[in-house]
Amino acid sequence: MYDDDVKLLDGVKALRASEIHIVDVYSPYPVHGLDTAMGLPRTRLAICAFIYAMTGLAAAATMMWYMMIVDWPMNIGGKPSFSFIQNLPSFVPILFEASVFCAAHGIVITFLLRSWVLPGVSNKNPDPRTTDDLHLLELNLNDKEASEALKILENSGAKEINEK
Amino acid sequence: MSNVVAEIRDPLILGDRTIHDITVDVARSVEGKANKWWFIVFAIAVSAATWGVCCILYTVGVGIGSWGVNKTVGWAWDITNFVWWIGIGHAGTLISAVLLLFRQRWRMAINRSAEAMTIFAVMMAGLFPILHMGRPWLAYFNLPLPNQLGSLWVNFNSPLVWDVFAITTYLTVSIVFWYLGLIPDLAMIRDRARVRGNAMYDKVYSLLSFGWSGRARDWSRFEEVSLVLAGLATPLVFSVHSIVSMDFAAGIVPGWHTTIFPPYFVLGALFSGFAMVLTLTLTMRKVMNLENYITIRHVESMNYIIILTGSLVGTAYITELFMSWYSGVEYEQYAFINRATGPYWWAYMCMMTCNVVTPQLFWIKSIRNSFTASFVIAFFVNIGMWFERFVIIVTSLHRDYLPSSWTMFHPTFIDVGLFVGTIGIFFTLFLLFARVFPVIAQAETKSILKLAGSQYMNGAAAPAPPKEDVVEEKEEEPTEDNADDESAENDKEDE
Repeated sequence: MYDDDVKLLDGVKALRASEIHIVDVYSPYPVHGLDTAMGLPRTRLAICAFIYAMTGLAAAATMMWYMMIVDWPMNIGGKPSFSFIQNLPSFVPILFEASVFCAAHGIVITFLLRSWVLPGVSNKNPDPRTTDDLHLLELNLNDKEASEALKILENSGAKEINEK
Repeated sequence: MSNVVAEIRDPLILGDRTIHDITVDVARSVEGKANKWWFIVFAIAVSAATWGVCCILYTVGVGIGSWGVNKTVGWAWDITNFVWWIGIGHAGTLISAVLLLFRQRWRMAINRSAEAMTIFAVMMAGLFPILHMGRPWLAYFNLPLPNQLGSLWVNFNSPLVWDVFAITTYLTVSIVFWYLGLIPDLAMIRDRARVRGNAMYDKVYSLLSFGWSGRARDWSRFEEVSLVLAGLATPLVFSVHSIVSMDFAAGIVPGWHTTIFPPYFVLGALFSGFAMVLTLTLTMRKVMNLENYITIRHVESMNYIIILTGSLVGTAYITELFMSWYSGVEYEQYAFINRATGPYWWAYMCMMTCNVVTPQLFWIKSIRNSFTASFVIAFFVNIGMWFERFVIIVTSLHRDYLPSSWTMFHPTFIDVGLFVGTIGIFFTLFLLFARVFPVIAQAETKSILKLAGSQYMNGAAAPAPPKEDVVEEKEEEPTEDNADDESAENDKEDE
């Protein structure tokens, strides 16, 4: 349990240096550099967003091609109605909106599922103060590591150490 | 890199707050009782909303013949209100998306309320085109659905259909963006309720906070998602009002048919949006006791944006005048002469005064640093921007190509009721929001406390100069990717 993010980062780094596995860290706000300090892999959510955007683009293009060109071409002031390419400029706004729509909703839904943050899920933070002002570092130790970990935690300025 | 804080920067969080103090201050508005001012404003808002709802029901029942619109002026207050509201809805996403990308720290105190404002404003905006249809229960005709008419589809070449897609996307993406940011803050309320033993709050906020636990992995994903959403929302903001402007620009009405409309409308939207954010935050600051979080620095930053966008809007007005003269088209020239000197000259003067002249007062430092003056000028801008849309729509239409159909527009009781009513509904929703959800993005505010808190910046707790530490730590981190990880890693270590 830490009350300062700088101390938390020091503690995490020291533990990692002595090869003690960190189960998880619970923080009230994003601590910058914590993911790299913990050695978490960089999230691939941004790639997902790109894929969703392309899906939206393709879906919108197919829809407009089918409706406006294939199924029911409309004669609007004699403008070309049988060509997708010649109609493309006026399809751009909807192509764009559909891409954004799919990317934004897709990435959020993926995030919520991936982190399992969903309506009805009960929270897993062991101490309610971790959403207020304390950071909690969760370790799963055997007897051999325990004394070393305790020392590291005390040195890095942990405010509170609890055993379970 | 943005982690260097210049010494001349003033603190953004006053009153030597600690992280726990922020929690308490933010939670107070949700847990505590509302003060007298909240009830007074709420009562006014609800009465206006009631009038509005009655007028909406009357319009739906009787039809839009109950409005002042006629054969010549087919678009009037309804579309004016629509554009006005949608413009107001632009500042929220601008604050949370564009300022996030630019790493402006002052956005943090106001982004939550600005996002809520966006959502409510876009809802109010969406009401008007639907009511204008006359048969709002057929609004689903806007969607590309198979139907019994041989599958006659919507016309995707039409800006009106683009509008449907743009506004739907904007509204839903704004809601998602806003709620995503709320999740950690709702979790904070939930945990406090659990400690206090308040079972009802615990239950409600457990459900609302989706079981957020604040694990390091979740936070790192959360930040990535926020960044991607900001990147998506930024072009979205600009596209929405551009598309709204194309409703006009694609028409052949003199005064509408101009290529300057998309940028001109977007700027106008940001201008009016910030004016409304100022109005709301200055009110909220007093009503919810947030003086330590919404400081004069925040207000000044918003005033800078108002003067910038206000001056650009002024430039657009003058460009428009010049272009109508330079085009040599006599219909265009008449449309603009008629705006300034015709029967609606007073609306034009009102627009020019409120939008071009009053924001220029912000060049004076004492005015832009005054809460009262900012509030008053923001109010003028709100009025001015409403008149801008009125001038564009009504004065362009009331003198059309056929002089025998020239006429005037007179609003009816129902027209007024719809406008005032939507303001009432908007404020009702906003006030309820302020009582149920944390109005300050507390998680983000906590993360900047050490960079912008008064006790850290005034030297009370002298920040250690740990430059060497930063270098050392960087060497230890093998996976670090400097280009992509923005400036974030060192934000904290620098203190």
